[in-house]
Amino acid sequence: MFGPGIWRMKSFADSVPEIMDLQREINRLFSNVGQSTALDYPAINVWEKDDSFVVTTELPGMEPENINISVTGATLTISGVAKADPLKEGETYLRQERAVGNFQRNFQLPFQVDSKKVEAKYEKGVLNITLPRLQEDLPKKIEINS
Amino acid sequence: MSDKDLQKSENTAVSEKIRNVKTFIPRVDIYETREALFLIADMPGVDEKTVDVELEKNILTIAGRVENGRVKEHALVFSEYEVGDYERTFTLSDEIDREKIKASVKQGVLRLELPKDEKVKPKKIVINAA
Repeated sequence: MFGPGIWRMKSFADSVPEIMDLQREINRLFSNVGQSTALDYPAINVWEKDDSFVVTTELPGMEPENINISVTGATLTISGVAKADPLKEGETYLRQERAVGNFQRNFQLPFQVDSKKVEAKYEKGVLNITLPRLQEDLPKKIEINS
Repeated sequence: MSDKDLQKSENTAVSEKIRNVKTFIPRVDIYETREALFLIADMPGVDEKTVDVELEKNILTIAGRVENGRVKEHALVFSEYEVGDYERTFTLSDEIDREKIKASVKQGVLRLELPKDEKVKPKKIVINAA
């Protein structure tokens, strides 16, 4: 009497399109996990030593004047424009994988930066920004009176 | 900036190095003119001393060795990219005049000019009116 009724199977079959929809939706939701978007360019590495941070990033083939670095308070901004080789007429790219165009990225640092002492170095296509911590912002040792 | 994958991808086809480093595929632009093939490869961290270009028959291999990207006396606290060597191989379809290959490296970008052999350069054929 309570065997696998045909009506139950039917109701499952009816919901298949909905299940497929749900699966598609979930796949779409996770499809770009682990992939970077244009907003994440350039990728950075952050290095720390006592009272300064060093941010390194790979920006191959740029002219130093095309890279803009600015620091306000605890925010570091790296922006710039990467250009492709201008082609003459009749020449076409057979393959174009290198990044071209404008980019901008902001980083929130965990401390106030002494913006006067920020140094940037660009060699071999790797940008190196040294960000010293503002002296007033350094933790102070509190003497305990006995 | 387009929405394509902007991270370096690892080259899993190459044989493993003795040094414990990853090998990445450099992103490459190639364009062709009547006289030559131009290849531009992004290899941040390499300079003229650490890059190798090899042409064997029609197999072109570009490789670059990168010093570890560490910052002296600093500890890595946040990382979005890895530093490693580069290697990529191309099969060239045209005959290349290997005596005249020019290569230069500037700011981590390798530029190769591969001039076509005189014999295979396209010749314009004049058609005479009958």
